[in-house]
Amino acid sequence: MIAGNQWLVPAVVATVVLGTAYVVVMPRLRYQVHRWEASPEAVYTLSGWLSREWRVAPLSRIQTIDTQRGPLQQLLRLATVTITTASAAGPLKIDGLDAEDAAELARDLTEATNRAPGDAT
Amino acid sequence: MTVPDAPTSSPPTDETTQQWSRLDPRMIAVHPIRQLVGLLPVLAIVLITGRNSVFQISAAVGLVVALLVFGALRWYTTRYRVTAERVELRSGLLNRQQRSVRRDRVRTVDITAGPVHRVFGLSVVQLGTGSTQPGQLSSLSLDAVPAAEAERLRLSLLDRSTLDAAAPSTQDRPDAPQGEVIAGMRWSWLRYAPLTTSGLVAVGALVGFGLNLANELGLAPTDIGAVQRAGEELSGVSPTLAIAMIVATVLLVGVTGSLLIYTEGWWGYRLTREPDGTLLVRRGLLTTRALSVEEKRLRGAEVSETILLRAGRGGRASAVTTGLSARSSGGALLPPAPRQEAHRVAGAALRTDPRHATAAPLTRHPAAALTRRLTRALLPAALLVALAWLLHVLFPTRWPAGLWPVGLVLLPIAVLLAIDRYRNLGHALTANHVVTRAGSLLRRTVALQRDGIIGWRVRQSAFQRRVGLVTLDAITAAGAGHYPAVDVSFARAVELVGEVSPGLLPPQT
Repeated sequence: MIAGNQWLVPAVVATVVLGTAYVVVMPRLRYQVHRWEASPEAVYTLSGWLSREWRVAPLSRIQTIDTQRGPLQQLLRLATVTITTASAAGPLKIDGLDAEDAAELARDLTEATNRAPGDAT
Repeated sequence: MTVPDAPTSSPPTDETTQQWSRLDPRMIAVHPIRQLVGLLPVLAIVLITGRNSVFQISAAVGLVVALLVFGALRWYTTRYRVTAERVELRSGLLNRQQRSVRRDRVRTVDITAGPVHRVFGLSVVQLGTGSTQPGQLSSLSLDAVPAAEAERLRLSLLDRSTLDAAAPSTQDRPDAPQGEVIAGMRWSWLRYAPLTTSGLVAVGALVGFGLNLANELGLAPTDIGAVQRAGEELSGVSPTLAIAMIVATVLLVGVTGSLLIYTEGWWGYRLTREPDGTLLVRRGLLTTRALSVEEKRLRGAEVSETILLRAGRGGRASAVTTGLSARSSGGALLPPAPRQEAHRVAGAALRTDPRHATAAPLTRHPAAALTRRLTRALLPAALLVALAWLLHVLFPTRWPAGLWPVGLVLLPIAVLLAIDRYRNLGHALTANHVVTRAGSLLRRTVALQRDGIIGWRVRQSAFQRRVGLVTLDAITAAGAGHYPAVDVSFARAVELVGEVSPGLLPPQT
């Protein structure tokens, strides 16, 4: 039933409208929602926009801490901190941190986890 | 930035004195035989359909020679060694690989011997480390070593005391100190075999393979005399009787198949707690399996019931541990058995009363969870019915009018499913475990050790937010990695986290 150009215009219009709405709305919502915190006991993250996800990882269970900076992030002086635990459920990610804050956080966490005993499983 | 492993005080003397050894030379024969068995259909096709007999024979001979040479090369280039610190495996001729795992990271040892391996007295040893990190091996497999050597490896690799001793001393021990038996086979459990679908699946795969092969050979199923006669007989009787006969045949074949598979898989089953601190599951008739799980790494136990098993008051028990992937049935502690027995074994594995583990009385989830179950079951069913109706209205010639009323049957089924799913939702906090249950077609009850929980995750979709529910995931290093309590209230989730991991909640939430 797909007869040539008949569907093309509505499809393009729909894509443009939805795409624009997404680009306008999603980053704002995410920026409002996203939070992180590092206490002496644990790291907390909150992310998402339509759905939300809180994560808690005790410092004693953290295995590795990585910081990454893509080209765009380097341009904007941002960084992503990835905190992995022994679980297959995936790491905690803190996106779009100020680069210096990220470096400081990674340094502090590495020190704190080195002090914690055990093999983190 | 990586948190370094525990400091490695490597004694190089031991590394150098340990010899590299090859796998058993009998593998030169085992691999080609196994591959030949797999290639039999192809060989049959070549021999039956080919016209040029010289070509056929030389092709067959060439294939066998190639397999033998390949098998010999594989054996020649593969070496392994077990040092005081590591198990290492080197393999490959052109593409050389060296794989190694640290001994103190080995969590499970799985010894399997298929029929061909057993004829030659060999076993495959698979070591599981449970590592989920990139760059670290999650498992390493020695295919194959003599059965006695496999037993020796099982005893020494999970025995932490030999790490301190200079050399593995288990060989000198009086042979096989007897473990405490937790469960053994009872053949009355065979009644649960027909409630598993393994028989139908296996028979279906065999039939599919046979049809495919016949197709390759240029045979139609009707060319085979028996099939044709059966077809003629069936066309003589009324359609109802014919359908009844076909259903009866499928059921009969399925039941027979599942009985055979149950017997093959669980012959000689025994679950023991060994003196070296491991749980050992032995089973198998043709292919024998012996799975050792380090008890210290056991993080919980699971009782799972498919809807058929549930109808027969049966269940399965399996271990939640690091070193076993969640999808593999490798962690099975018990064959399909009475549900009470499954709970008993799960409790015994965790060294606790079942009523404090998987059989604990559970707290029901809020009523909003029922609404969510109903919506999630009814919406897709209603959409399907609406679609069938719409298609009929738009294209009356192609889509019959009778389709959407038939689809209405889905609605009551969806409601029943939703209610059952809600009734099965539950969670509990016992002295040492967090217990969660969910599912209808496959109901899973998991008891997770409080100490084994290495973090929490709270998920909330937009729909859940409207009714104040969340999904609380207990994060663990073992098994599936996260075990959810679906649709609990936000306050309850906070309460649970606070109770299990005091001090983890930031003050403002």
